[in-house]
Amino acid sequence: MAGKKIRSWGEAGPSVSGTLWKLGVLGTVDAIAVTMIMVLLAQELMMQAAISIAVLIFVNWVYLRKGGLPAKYLTPGVLFLIVFQIYVLLFSGYTAFTNYGSAHNGDKALAIQTIKNAAYRIVDGPDYTINLVKDDADGSRAFLMTNNIDGKVFIGKDGELPLPVSQNMYTLSEECADKYAEDTETCAKAALRAVGYTTQDPNNLSFVDKAKYLDIRVITDPANPNVGLRTSEFTIALPSESTLVYDETADTFTALVDDDYGVYYAGDVFKPAEDGFYRLDGVLENAKLDGGWRVEVGLKNFETIFADVQLRDPLVKVITWTFVFAISTVLTTFILGLFIALVFNHDKLRGKKFYRVIMILPYAFPGFLSAYVWVGLLNRENGFINTVIFGQDPGSEANFPWLLEEGPARLAVLLVNLWLGFPYMFLITTGALQSIPSELNEAAEIDGATGWQNFRLIKLPLLLISIAPLLIASFAFNFNNFTIIYLLTKGGPADSGITDYDVGGTDILITFVYKIAFSGTGQNFGLASAFSILIFIVVATISLISFRRTKKFEEIV
Amino acid sequence: MSVAVKNNKRPFNIFRWFFSTGWRHLVGLAVCTFAIFPILYILSTSLYPNNDINNTTALFADISPANYISLFDQESRPFGRWYLNTVYIGIVTSVGSVFLSALAAFAFSRLRFKGRRPGLLSLILMQMFPSILGLVAIYSLLSDVGRVFPILGLNSQIGLMMVYLGGSLGAGTYLMYGFFNTVPKEIDEAATIDGASHARIFFSIILRLVAPILAVQMLLSYIGVTSDFILASILLSDPNSLTLATGLQQFISDPYSKDWSMFAAGAVLSALPSVALFLALQKYITSGLTGGAVKG
Repeated sequence: MAGKKIRSWGEAGPSVSGTLWKLGVLGTVDAIAVTMIMVLLAQELMMQAAISIAVLIFVNWVYLRKGGLPAKYLTPGVLFLIVFQIYVLLFSGYTAFTNYGSAHNGDKALAIQTIKNAAYRIVDGPDYTINLVKDDADGSRAFLMTNNIDGKVFIGKDGELPLPVSQNMYTLSEECADKYAEDTETCAKAALRAVGYTTQDPNNLSFVDKAKYLDIRVITDPANPNVGLRTSEFTIALPSESTLVYDETADTFTALVDDDYGVYYAGDVFKPAEDGFYRLDGVLENAKLDGGWRVEVGLKNFETIFADVQLRDPLVKVITWTFVFAISTVLTTFILGLFIALVFNHDKLRGKKFYRVIMILPYAFPGFLSAYVWVGLLNRENGFINTVIFGQDPGSEANFPWLLEEGPARLAVLLVNLWLGFPYMFLITTGALQSIPSELNEAAEIDGATGWQNFRLIKLPLLLISIAPLLIASFAFNFNNFTIIYLLTKGGPADSGITDYDVGGTDILITFVYKIAFSGTGQNFGLASAFSILIFIVVATISLISFRRTKKFEEIV
Repeated sequence: MSVAVKNNKRPFNIFRWFFSTGWRHLVGLAVCTFAIFPILYILSTSLYPNNDINNTTALFADISPANYISLFDQESRPFGRWYLNTVYIGIVTSVGSVFLSALAAFAFSRLRFKGRRPGLLSLILMQMFPSILGLVAIYSLLSDVGRVFPILGLNSQIGLMMVYLGGSLGAGTYLMYGFFNTVPKEIDEAATIDGASHARIFFSIILRLVAPILAVQMLLSYIGVTSDFILASILLSDPNSLTLATGLQQFISDPYSKDWSMFAAGAVLSALPSVALFLALQKYITSGLTGGAVKG
């Protein structure tokens, strides 16, 4: 069957307007893609450019050739899927085996750049207001520098002395050199343009370009090449002394001076170490330079998850609560939903439509807003629940601490989730109840079954067949129900126990992982990804097993 | 549960009525109170003209549009802008994802090709990976792309929309595949014989036939996208580019300038379109629920 054409499509030639549409859309896509490829080439990102060119050629081939119909319909979706699902999946998988995080946030080139950018200290001397320029003659990068004291103008290139520019060769900026100057008429102004040079806007520069400007050291004393003018935010150049020098061939940083903070002394050599840092002599235990790169660490993240003593207690607590939370949510919403469905499944009841509209409001109300509204309702001092429903004193700190202590916060989370979830369960159980043939009820009544027997032995089993997959889906959804937990309590109240990890009383796995990855000072993407993989395995396994079992369930009946 | 009282000629008996039907109204009222009081509370708060709302004990103690008016002239919290951003992102994403999923679903439903079955299977598998677990990868992807193309990177709405699109395609295609299979193949076979091209069959026949389903799909996707908090909160940071889900919390997150009345007014306006759409399309949405969709 595979590859065999069952029916012949499109034997009639395409219409003229259809062809025009196709060419128009394809042309637009091509134009955008070519522009992007030019940018990639300009930034010297050769591999990315090559991949883009290959994809572009493939897309054009798919749409311009005759036949190959499936590819014509699948390509746009598949391209998106590859980038945002397959790549994301693979990347998460790969990251789990690396030390990617705020301390190791990119490749080695980026780490070297980060270290270089920080390897200086300011020394005494005149400072300059600068504009970034490119030499029209050879394309080299330079500063157009204006001395902030005497207003003299120079061109400064890397490793060279400043070159004076005569008065008729440059034009001044309209703006004051000093941004906070009060008198904008008479304030000092800096040179903006010079003949033979093109001024660059720092905001439009690429990452690569910026890095090159950051590398520029305009020397001021030929006898001491370690001292020079450099910039860190592209508007001013300050006399700075380099503290470290990078040797490209040896791949080492050598200290030129004693560090102000005592990390290194003149002459120390830093070599790349296995853990993604430059360390003294490249030895793991030695001092390191700030700014690391991403390296593969094998199973270390998984070891942390299973063996770290610091992590064990919080993790056990979080996992237990995740299951309790997901299962209780499914049970409470299902029971309440089913109860209401049974109560309303009565022919003579009037006003069902009215009740129904009111009851599905929590489901129709956007979830994130509901969470915020409940935060207000559950406020300890002045919340509606405490002051009106339970009649406690407004403003009193002795009121019931919803959301502020672990037990009450867990109760509150379950209560809010019940409010959010019961309408859905009501709707689906109503549908399932109505699809049970009424003959079954009548037969049971004739056989003398009581109402309870009828429900327990006939309706419930039949109901579960159609509802079980939805209950499992609901479990899987709540297992990772980030929104409700994070917006209600942020996973809090914070645990008072001492641990390296930021963990709170209502944290479920996914909020805990989110905190590891995105909050606090030590963002650890590697560890978070390892967790993500484990969560995926748990959820997928539970879903698969349960779906299998429900199928068996069906066969029995 | 259902006690059938068949004889209509018996005289009306209030006790019998209560035990058969009346108590059901009591349950209904209780549940409705539970369901609606948070919504009444936020509505009442939004209409209360004093910032110190938490000191009122009665709902709807005072009614004034003041909060709604001042909501639109907050300089540091451009509510109107957020509203437009949300509508814009919601519409582009829902239309885009429904269109792309429809294209792919058409291929899976109507064409036979190598890799069709593995393709369908991997779609099912892929939807099981919750997109929230890919946060790190998405963040890092956008931050890398943004270094070269700022317009597609972090803090860009286009970047965010692409992420939404990519994330919804797996599930969307699979759902749409099911819908397309309900359209009899004889219809497009007849059209082929009449000389219609494949594009014509797709655009003028299949898409038209499933148009109501496409519309509901689009609305569900719109509601899903506009209530997303986590992706938007990680990817957007400039106050002018925020969506409602990320912006509104600013009214209540800063402990020194909490403004519950402003938040309440904003919440009511933000919820209106979703609630209205939902109630209007109740019938379609609830019939689609048993198909396995779970709302976020």
